[in-house]
Amino acid sequence: MKRTTLTAIALAMVTGPAMADPDADALVVNGEIEMVTEASAPAHLEGALKTVYSGWRFRSDETQAVQMDDFDNPGMLGVEVALDAWTEVAGTEGESCASCHGSPEEMAGVSATYPKWDAAAGEVQTLTMQMNECRTERMGAEPYAYDKGDAINMTALLTSVSRGMPMSVAIDGPAAETWEMGKELYYTRFGQLELSCANCHEDNYGMMIRADHLSQGQINGFPTYRLKNTKLNGVHSRFKGCIRDTRAETFAPGSPELIALELYVASRSNGLSVEGPSVRN
Amino acid sequence: MGRFALGIAATFAAATMAVAEGAIAPGDVEYDEYGAVAASLTGVAGDAENGKLLMNKGAGNCIACHAVSALSELSFHGEIGPMLDGVADRWTEADLRGIVANAKVMFDGTMMPSFYKTTGYTRPGDAYTGKAAQGELAPLLTAQEVEDVVAYLMTLKET
Ligand code: HEC
Ligand code: HEC
Repeated sequence: MKRTTLTAIALAMVTGPAMADPDADALVVNGEIEMVTEASAPAHLEGALKTVYSGWRFRSDETQAVQMDDFDNPGMLGVEVALDAWTEVAGTEGESCASCHGSPEEMAGVSATYPKWDAAAGEVQTLTMQMNECRTERMGAEPYAYDKGDAINMTALLTSVSRGMPMSVAIDGPAAETWEMGKELYYTRFGQLELSCANCHEDNYGMMIRADHLSQGQINGFPTYRLKNTKLNGVHSRFKGCIRDTRAETFAPGSPELIALELYVASRSNGLSVEGPSVRN
Repeated sequence: MGRFALGIAATFAAATMAVAEGAIAPGDVEYDEYGAVAASLTGVAGDAENGKLLMNKGAGNCIACHAVSALSELSFHGEIGPMLDGVADRWTEADLRGIVANAKVMFDGTMMPSFYKTTGYTRPGDAYTGKAAQGELAPLLTAQEVEDVVAYLMTLKET
C-alpha cells in the first residue's frame, strides 16, 4: 500500500460530493392540510439522526406536486373504493366497519399509533392485522390478503383521515421486545451486497445511488402511490423490495420480521405528519 | 425499487461461471495486512475495455456509487463512495485488486460490496428474485472480471 494512502482517503472525503440535503419545499395538501415534513428526531435516535425528514422532501417538484391536491393524487382513488367497502356489510355477522365505528372521520389519529401492542392478542399488531381482526372476529368475514388491493385501500382510507397528525408510535412496555427485534433487523447487512437499511437510509440519505435520490426511508407516507408501478404500495411490500435489492432472501408481508421492522421504522417517523396516501416515484 | 432496480438490481447479474481453470478461488485469495492482493487472480492480463463496461453494468455497476469523469457519457453516477478520478495515482494495482475483490479488508465496515467473496452472508438470495440462494454462491464478479476492472482502474491517472 502506498504511503500516500491515508492522505488520499482524506482528500477524497473532503473533495467528494457534499451531502445533498432534502429540498426546502413545504407540503400543504389541498391548500389546507399543513404537513410536518421535518422534525427533531425522536429521542431513541440519539446518536443516529438529529432530524427526520419525510420522503416527500427528496422527490422532484413534479412528483411532489401530485401529492398536493387530492384531485391529482391517484392514491385517493383507493380511498374512494374503501369508502364503499367501509359501509358494506360483509361476513356472517351482518356488520360493516361503519356499524361499529361510524364515519371514517371518527378514526382520525388511529393510524398514527400503529403498529401497536394489542393486549388481548398478546402481540404487536399492524393496522392491517387490526383490520383483519375486526373482519374475522367481529364480522365473520374473510381476512384481507396482506398488502393487497382491499387491505391497501382500507389502510389508505384510515391514513387519509389522519393526515397532518403526527406519527406517535409507542415503543415501550410490552412492545419493547418487538421494537428491539425491528431495530436489529434495521442494522443487519443482508444479502450478497451486505447492505442494511441504515447503510442507505441513515448513512447516505440525500445522496444519489445511481439514479435514485436516497431518502430516510420513513413510512409516515404509507400507503404510497408509486408512479413507477401505478398503484398503492404497502409498507411490507416496500421493505421486501429493498431487501430483495440487496440480493437477499426476503421476508413475507405479514411475517413477524416485517411486523417488527415496521414498528421500528414507524418509530423513526415519530413527529412527522401522517401523509398517506402519499405519492412517490 | 424505482430506477434503482434498473440501475443496480437489473445489472448486478451474478457471475454464473464456476471458478475458471487456474484462477485463485475466492476463499484462497491472499490479502496483505492492509488488504492489498499482490498476485493476479488469473495470471491473465486484465482487459481494460471490458473493465470499463463492468463499471456501468454487469455485476460491477461501480458508478451506482462512484462518479468517474472519464465515463461522463454515462448518466447517473452515484455519490456514495469517493470519486474514482486519479485512483491509479493514489493506489497500486495490488491495492486496487484488494479493494475490488473485498474492500472490507482494507476499509473496515465499508458499504462497498465484496465482489470476489462467496461466504459470510446473512440470508443470501438467488440474485434478485428475493428467494433463498440455491447451492453455492457465485462471486459477484469472476476472477477475470476483477482483473478487467482493476486494469480499467489503472487507466484512471491524473498525473
Ligand atoms: C441499496 C440501497 C437500499 C437499501 C439497503 C434499502 N433501501 Fe429503502 N430505498 C432505497 C431507494 C433507492 C429508495 C427509493 C428512494 C427513497 O425514497 O429513498 C428506497 C425507498 C424506501 C422507502 C420508501 C420511502 C418513501 O418515502 O416512500 C422505505 C420505507 C424504505 N426504503 C425502507 C427501507 C428499509 C426498512 C430497508 C431495510 C430493510 C431498506 N429500505 C433498505 C434504497 C435502499
Ligand atoms: C454500494 C456502494 C459501492 C459500490 C457498488 C462500489 N463501491 Fe467502491 N467504494 C464505496 C465506498 C463507500 C468507498 C469508500 C471506502 C470506505 O468505506 O472508506 C469505496 C472505495 C473505493 C475505492 C477507493 C477509492 C479512493 O479514492 O480511495 C475504489 C478504487 C473503489 N471503491 C472501486 C470500486 C469499483 C471498481 C467498484 C465496482 C466493481 C465499486 N467500487 C463499487 C462504495 C461502493
